[in-house]
Amino acid sequence: MTNKTLYDKLWDAHLVKQRDDGSALIYIDRHIVHEVTSPQAFEGLRLAGRKLWRVDSVLATPDHNVPTTVKERAYGVDGIADPVSKIQVKTLDDNCDSFGITEYKINDRRQGIVHVIGPESGACLPGMTVVCGDSHTATNGALGALAHGIGTSEVEHVLATQCLVAKKMKSMLVRVDGTLGKGVTPKDVVLAIIAKIGTAGGNGYAIEFGGKVFRDMSMEGRMTVCNMAIEAGARAGMVAVDQTTIDYVKGRDFAPRAEHWDAAVAEWRELVSDNNAVFDKVVEIDGSQIGPQVSWGTSPEMVVEIDESVPNPENEKDPVKKSGMERALEYMGLSAGQKIVDISLDRVFIGSCTNSRIEDMRAAAAVVKGRKKAESIKEAIVVPGSGLVKEQAEAEGLDKIFTEAGLEWREPGCSMCLAMNADKLGAGEHCASTSNRNFEGRQGYGGRTHLVSPEMAAAAAIAGHFVDVRQFELEG
Amino acid sequence: MKAFTLHNGIVAPMDRANVDTDMIIPKQFLKSIKRSGFGKNLFDELRYLDEGQPDQSCEGRPLNDEFPLNFPRYKDASILLARENFGCGSSREHAPWALDDYGFRAVIAPSYADIFYNNSFKNGLLPVILADEIVERLFAEMYDVEGYQLSIDLEKQAVITPSGEKFGFEIDDFRKHCLLNGLDDIGLTLEDADAIHAYEKMRREQAPWLFDIVK
Ligand code: SF4
Repeated sequence: MTNKTLYDKLWDAHLVKQRDDGSALIYIDRHIVHEVTSPQAFEGLRLAGRKLWRVDSVLATPDHNVPTTVKERAYGVDGIADPVSKIQVKTLDDNCDSFGITEYKINDRRQGIVHVIGPESGACLPGMTVVCGDSHTATNGALGALAHGIGTSEVEHVLATQCLVAKKMKSMLVRVDGTLGKGVTPKDVVLAIIAKIGTAGGNGYAIEFGGKVFRDMSMEGRMTVCNMAIEAGARAGMVAVDQTTIDYVKGRDFAPRAEHWDAAVAEWRELVSDNNAVFDKVVEIDGSQIGPQVSWGTSPEMVVEIDESVPNPENEKDPVKKSGMERALEYMGLSAGQKIVDISLDRVFIGSCTNSRIEDMRAAAAVVKGRKKAESIKEAIVVPGSGLVKEQAEAEGLDKIFTEAGLEWREPGCSMCLAMNADKLGAGEHCASTSNRNFEGRQGYGGRTHLVSPEMAAAAAIAGHFVDVRQFELEG
Repeated sequence: MKAFTLHNGIVAPMDRANVDTDMIIPKQFLKSIKRSGFGKNLFDELRYLDEGQPDQSCEGRPLNDEFPLNFPRYKDASILLARENFGCGSSREHAPWALDDYGFRAVIAPSYADIFYNNSFKNGLLPVILADEIVERLFAEMYDVEGYQLSIDLEKQAVITPSGEKFGFEIDDFRKHCLLNGLDDIGLTLEDADAIHAYEKMRREQAPWLFDIVK
């Protein structure tokens, strides 16, 4: 009997060398690459005359800069209107071609957001170490993997050595037991966790999400939760392997073939924290008490439940937090005490690596089905996380449901999550968004983001303001 | 990273204190997807009389004739002689990238901003620290003699003048080791290549499904 946490097991299984100064060389199994953080890394390799250590460990796709309208996408890379975006995407193509890296190019049906295509293709598997030059790489931890974001110099380091120089983090268990209420989603669970532990609460920790709520949750849902571990300050989030994990992986493009399948599953079954494992910190939440969440401020910890009001900074004792709340209210154009359901909205964005998988598309479609977008909403866009999600959704007729309701059905990419392409908020506009960050200017200069679940965003698109999706569904 | 052992080269002056990273490479050039090619815009605002734009060829741009790097006598300089607090400002690695791309292998100054100092080593550029009075003397000799050259011997930690005079400088052992052997972080990790190969071999046997699948 050992007493290891899941994180301990993943760490130990990838330790190449422990160095005297406390740092270690950790072997990286999978490296996902996109266009924004890789160009200087490839150039660094070229200047130093270095080769890739293991080209079959790398999978690339452009996502941040790709346009999402059919018109702009029709001509592939050449159709990208913004010259800077075009150069970045083209550079990724050139680098992948010259280094021999497998890339899902802009109009490949498997192209999509890096954190969506990793699990979807089976390129990211249970027990792996996964890195990508992007902080939301933690998404892959849902598979029972050790996954985290890295910087450009580390991208180069991993490409050249297959290793990362790392120090072991502390471990935190976030246990959510109970049963979620109707209309309460994984997004609400993770927002409630962040509200409880704060955006710095996970600093220095790898978080394991455990408890009945996560055992009951689908893989898509677990990905939504792990995706936002970084918003709680943790570089890595993870969920133990169970039958749900194994069923999800089976049959994917890069999943183990028949002759290796049983051995792989046997190894993966070990990827759970031992009963007597000790965590450096444990946080417990009662899942049955969580309601639909809406962020009112400019940090993901500034959230309340749908039936609450915008909080009053006067009630905050901590002076630093208080001034942060005041600044946030001013930026968001909200006043203390205002009811969340009274916030009127200009745009709706359903997508991003947090909520753009097939299950998210289905959930949003179920809410808008047979209804019409409110006149007051200028634009409501639905952006699938990958070409395969798009295909699946279309096969199920979800695209029709969205367009008949007056929502726009787009091509896959990061889109309005960070506004690097043409999808942006105007100054002062309020947006119900299923993305992960509500920072100032994130979705466009002066834009005001409210983080919600796909169901809540869809309901808001119909009502023109936030509504409690639990009652909304009953009425419909 | 290029190794630095012994370097002999022409010295050019940057005769002012607190040269910041914006002066070394102005902001507009940072949108690039590259880390090379910054040399033509090194000290852009001082070198040229117009405002430089990214992706613009610098041929035909009006040169500032009063800026030493534009003097024929410093044309092939590879050692920059500078004043205190060189490289202050932002943390961007573009500053050493630009100096290196221009052709400088070393800077000599009485002091540096911390981050610039660190970043220089990562990019194979040697920042030598010499006392104020010595730097002062070197400036005087350099102005006197056209084609003035210095030798920098990293192994012996010495700057050697044409008359054979030697000035020792301090450098920590770890950085010296990396630079002498041309090792950056990547180079250092590659010193453990055997351990990485061994790990890989073991995993290939245990978990073959992790290998040769994506290709
Ligand atoms: S969807 Fe948003 S958060 Fe996710 S990878 Fe793209 S830009 Fe980053």
